[in-house]
Amino acid sequence: MKVGLFIPCYIDQFYPQVGIATYQLLEKLGVKADFPRQQTCCGQPMANTGCEQDAKPVYRHFVDTFRGYDYVVAPSGSCVYHVRKHYDVVEQTAQVQHVRQATYDLFDFITSVLGVTELPGRFPHQVGLHLSCHGQRGLHQANESEMTPVREGQLSRLLRTVDGLTLTELNRNDECCGFGGTFCITEEAVSARMGQDRVQDHVLNGTEVLTGGDMSCLMHLEGIVRRRQLPMRVMHAAEIFNAALQQPSKPVSTFVPGAVAAL
Amino acid sequence: MSHPLRAAAFTSDAERTTWHDETLWFVRQKRDKAVYGIPEFQQLRQLASDIKEHTLSRLDEYLEQFEQNARANGVQVHWAADAEEHNRIVLDLIRKAGATSLVKSKSMLTEECHLNPYLVNNGIAVVDTDLGERIVQLREEAPSHLVLPAIHLKKEDVGETFHQHLGTPKGEKDPQALTEAARLHLREKFLIGEVAITGVNFAVAETGAVVVCTNEGNADLGVNLARVHIACMGLEKLIPRTADLGVFTRLLARSATGQPVTTYTSHFARPAAGREMHIVIVDNGRTRQLGRPDFRASLKCIRCGACMNTCPVYRRSGGHSYDFTVPGPIGAILSPNIDMRQHSSLPFASTLCGSCTDVCPVKIDIHAQLYKWRQIIAQEGELPAAKKLGMKLLSSVLARPGIYRLGGKIAREGLRFLPHGLTHAQALNPWAKARELPEAPKQSFRDWYAQQAVKQ
Ligand code: SF4
Repeated sequence: MKVGLFIPCYIDQFYPQVGIATYQLLEKLGVKADFPRQQTCCGQPMANTGCEQDAKPVYRHFVDTFRGYDYVVAPSGSCVYHVRKHYDVVEQTAQVQHVRQATYDLFDFITSVLGVTELPGRFPHQVGLHLSCHGQRGLHQANESEMTPVREGQLSRLLRTVDGLTLTELNRNDECCGFGGTFCITEEAVSARMGQDRVQDHVLNGTEVLTGGDMSCLMHLEGIVRRRQLPMRVMHAAEIFNAALQQPSKPVSTFVPGAVAAL
Repeated sequence: MSHPLRAAAFTSDAERTTWHDETLWFVRQKRDKAVYGIPEFQQLRQLASDIKEHTLSRLDEYLEQFEQNARANGVQVHWAADAEEHNRIVLDLIRKAGATSLVKSKSMLTEECHLNPYLVNNGIAVVDTDLGERIVQLREEAPSHLVLPAIHLKKEDVGETFHQHLGTPKGEKDPQALTEAARLHLREKFLIGEVAITGVNFAVAETGAVVVCTNEGNADLGVNLARVHIACMGLEKLIPRTADLGVFTRLLARSATGQPVTTYTSHFARPAAGREMHIVIVDNGRTRQLGRPDFRASLKCIRCGACMNTCPVYRRSGGHSYDFTVPGPIGAILSPNIDMRQHSSLPFASTLCGSCTDVCPVKIDIHAQLYKWRQIIAQEGELPAAKKLGMKLLSSVLARPGIYRLGGKIAREGLRFLPHGLTHAQALNPWAKARELPEAPKQSFRDWYAQQAVKQ
């Protein structure tokens, strides 16, 4: 199985530890991922600003970069959503179609492709999970409060299996953090207010470590946590699992490394 | 003024913003409770969506059928291509009735057509009889929500307004007392109302009847006391059969306020003996929207307001920040159809979180349409020039890995070595008003990865 890592630009430059944790976590789960150097961006920032036409060369570059891989894995649901949902505006060659369906959010990959249901290891902290809207409502990685009162999802299920970890019960389980790409600049006032409200929910309910599957939401929330000098750490969930799972160990999984490689 | 400026003005009152957000979130939670209690709710949504799609696909036939049946019931039917024609028709009817005043209930359409100022300029006294509408009318403001028109006001604000206009004691803010004062004041107006205008929630093609859903019962009171009833409706209000109505009444009240059904569901089919009933059917841009394949689904809207209650931006920016008759997410996809230039900032007043789409009882893909309007607005050159150029530059960099790598490095190193005061200067960097920038690390991920490769 050839897995290509897509590390979004801001993670590459500002949160390399998240890229490293993603890489190492996959390694511990028996997947040696490859990072093609020529990668840049998925094109979402332009497209969400209305410049989808200008973004087409970026889409083609993304497809060229990753067309040779069985899976493309990214620690960012929002980029994945963009590739899957919005790459419909370029010609749908076999390669484009392949890359669109082969691109996975890290935890969707771990859960749905690798079949991992439990991640052993220890992380004795109260963890607050921020659900990214694109992961949740876009990729259906978690239940939506608009539909059901049951708060369940891929990431919360995995987090609950970590020894010593307790999950924060939030007042509003899935309200948007207000990042929204260029929205965070063009609608600065509302964006900041949304982020402050989200952080406050975690403060009120005892979160020590704020986590999530999408670093872009977390970058925004971290900016607020640090500005307010709150005693709260912000970590991508890959960092938590990677720290908890000290050595290559045996996660509960239906995945047999050799078997998939042979497919 | 664009949405961000009006929104910033609203959020600058932090306490009021909290109150506004929490009040509407409370309504959203009431909706959730009602929805969770109906196991078939998602099927109902699909059914409602299908009925509306079907109706829109042969709207011309249903409109004709509706008109025929309404006429057969003794109702006079009028057609208005736009707001101006609508207003003229209504004024004519009032003059023919020899009236100088009218009572009005439950009509966003007349708001959309700016009927009130038009009638007032022509010497007609207009009284909005629903409590919320009356409050904003007295304050000479526009409604800030489809279902809760005065939701931007606290009870103190209402007390002040009533003190000025209805003579309630200064400082009175007890909701019970204020409502009672409004009742007495409105009762008088009802009794002298010669003409009653109502909106329409649903128009049934097979019977020619219109249905109005209210909680206060003012539509019934107004219509029953007045000699002439004028019902004004957008042409998308049609449903084929009476049997379809139940699907919508179950969805409407639950989505709007969490009630199982509105207090009153009034059916108006024909005028009482010696009285007149008119229906004015208005286009005002609707057929244009119907002709846009990406946006026609917005015409399925039943004006429940759920997308407003759930929208994290609306809750924090207030309805007036949209500066359009229909605020919130649905307003942001309806308004560019009316005037794209004037409303070009609205489709950007969203994080595209998708919650609006998930609550919408008729399954309008609201956030997908916001995304599509953005593309059109950019192509039509309505983006601010700086934004547009920035995006062009960004795209050309992102298609060239070499320049991209260099740019990333410059950004990171800049953040590492430039003083905090400069990188966080609020005039240059809106991000830094309320947020710290990320701490720049020594090494990027790609540098780390390259080192790993060397080590192995
Ligand atoms: S768009 Fe949907 S949720 Fe919003 S007001 Fe219309 S029907 Fe209700």
